[in-house]
Amino acid sequence: MTPAIELVDVHKAFGRTPIIWGLSLAIEAGTRQALIGPNGAGKSTLFNLITGKYPVSRGRIRLKGEDITGLRPYAINRRGLSRSFQVTNLFPRLSVFENLRCSALWSRGYGYSFWHLVDNARDVRERAETVMEQLNLTARRHVPAGVLSYAEQRALEIGITIAGGADVILLDEPTSGMSRSETEHVVQLIRQVTAGKTLVMVEHDMSVVFDLADRIAVLVYGKIIAHDTPERIRANAAVQEAYLGVPQGAG
Amino acid sequence: MSTPAPATVRALELEKTARAQRLRRYGVWIAAAAILVGLPHVLRTPVAIPVMNQMGIAVVFALSYNMLLGQGGMLSFGHAVYFGLGGFIAAHVLNLAGRGVLYLPVPLLPLVGGLGGLVFAALFGSFSTTRAGTVFAMISLGVGELMASSALILDKFFGGEEGITTNRAKAPALLGLDFTTDRHVYYLIAFWALAAAAMMSAFSRTPVGRMANAVRDNPERAEFVGYSQRWVRFVSFCAAGLFAGVAGGLFAVNYEILTAENMGLSASGSVLLMTYIGGVGYFIGPILGAVIFTFLQSMLSDYTGMWLLYLGILFLATVLFVPAGFAGVLMLHAPAWRARRLGRLLGPYLLAGLLGLVVAVGVVGLLEMIHVVVSAPTGRTAKRLFWMTVDVRTLWPWLAFATLAVAGAVGLRWAAPQAAKAFTEASRPVETR
Repeated sequence: MTPAIELVDVHKAFGRTPIIWGLSLAIEAGTRQALIGPNGAGKSTLFNLITGKYPVSRGRIRLKGEDITGLRPYAINRRGLSRSFQVTNLFPRLSVFENLRCSALWSRGYGYSFWHLVDNARDVRERAETVMEQLNLTARRHVPAGVLSYAEQRALEIGITIAGGADVILLDEPTSGMSRSETEHVVQLIRQVTAGKTLVMVEHDMSVVFDLADRIAVLVYGKIIAHDTPERIRANAAVQEAYLGVPQGAG
Repeated sequence: MSTPAPATVRALELEKTARAQRLRRYGVWIAAAAILVGLPHVLRTPVAIPVMNQMGIAVVFALSYNMLLGQGGMLSFGHAVYFGLGGFIAAHVLNLAGRGVLYLPVPLLPLVGGLGGLVFAALFGSFSTTRAGTVFAMISLGVGELMASSALILDKFFGGEEGITTNRAKAPALLGLDFTTDRHVYYLIAFWALAAAAMMSAFSRTPVGRMANAVRDNPERAEFVGYSQRWVRFVSFCAAGLFAGVAGGLFAVNYEILTAENMGLSASGSVLLMTYIGGVGYFIGPILGAVIFTFLQSMLSDYTGMWLLYLGILFLATVLFVPAGFAGVLMLHAPAWRARRLGRLLGPYLLAGLLGLVVAVGVVGLLEMIHVVVSAPTGRTAKRLFWMTVDVRTLWPWLAFATLAVAGAVGLRWAAPQAAKAFTEASRPVETR
């Protein structure tokens, strides 16, 4: 089966500082995978390479078998890949509803249309409403995203990512800065909205990682040192040494 | 009949509010049309129609500018380029029509202007919309300067210093409308202003119009939901150029002359001022701004040579104290309006307004007297100010105006917080039990 995402010998350097070197990784379609690693290992950089925010220095990236190396973020998004950001990245002056509606427009085929009225686009409205419901933000429908609480903004961040219906979803630290109960809610939300899709997430909370992930990739200093099931990762000596330190009791 | 599921009930409610919104929206446009038809019958002074014609043109121009600034987050210093080019092209086409080279009745001329604006917006927009922010602003300034200086060089097309004159009465008449009176022109401008405003309002509610807001807010994220920020800006830019060109075409019909000044930097500055004064955050903002700006411009210029200074002060005051503009201030009062507490604001606002007026009288008096001292012909020292004649060589008018300014300002320092307090009180949500 064609992997959802395939990285072949990817290199990335900023100036003379190499961040990623010789990284190869295949993400199987329809799985939930976590990308873990110490701070500065290059996790966010890897996300930025896959989604087209930064160009790679060398190597190829394929999405569902199609070469996407060097494409702009919008072109990659149109091929069915969507991402969230570690630092909340919304449309602050637009309402919650508008944020979600704007995120669903392209995939519903509206493009750069100036001959439709968005209010008449029933499919987009219904999609935005469904996502708003899933996020538990229906009561905040008209509130500008910029004045939402932190947890609500983090939820909307995921909502914008999934509203377009992409089948490959990258979440960058979806639970960062959240309380225990908020995290539990978000984990449930992620499980629900990524059902049947491919999920890759960067996450520091090990209980979330072991709870959600089918497979875990460990990134240390620009290289994948292990990519395996949670049980095997937990037992992997190299991973324990490089990252986990002592075996964790979670999961 | 079984009870419908809660989801269906909510969908029905949403449908109902959507219908009410649509009704209200159409109502606004119908009311606007009725007012525009009736205005010439109500305002019967001879200056009213020319001023309203000027306002109509300014409204279209300012609304088109706000497609860039308010909706797209693009600060342009060269929007008059598209207004001017549209106007020049319309004037040339009108001359051709007058000579019988082509058939085009005057009412369709704004479309020619719009087409001209669109073509040049597509040309210049193709490279200026690659970036937002400062880079965009600088390119717009460069294009504005380039076109303003070209206007004086390419004098076959732009007519050099004198500009291009035209004559709308020579074009073929349509349905007996020959546009020999200001009133005919008024209805033509009113029609196109309303149509253009309705189309611009509709544009803001199309997918690309909404994405213009999204790109304004966060261009990076817009790219990650499938939209090229550059294309979104380009489409907005072309639409803004189109409607600026429509305004230019109306200008050609109304004034029958276009000069390089019409596409110069000061024309670009004016549209920025009026849009900002009106409020960039609301659709109604540029309309208010254009009406206020044009009114002040045409009224003040009759009374004082310093009207530009006063407009400048108005602009500064807007930027400093009410950055949301007139429309923003009006919208701030929506909660008080809904709570039916606007009446309570009348007293404090009147008091503050009165004191503000005292300050204004004092400051204006001083400025006008300084103007006399600095630039009146030698020997002329008397000046008619408000209700009296003052002589700038005597001390008392200086003292009197200074006293008014200072006393008013002191009073305002006390009255303004009172008004602010009353506003906060009135805007409190109504307690529900």
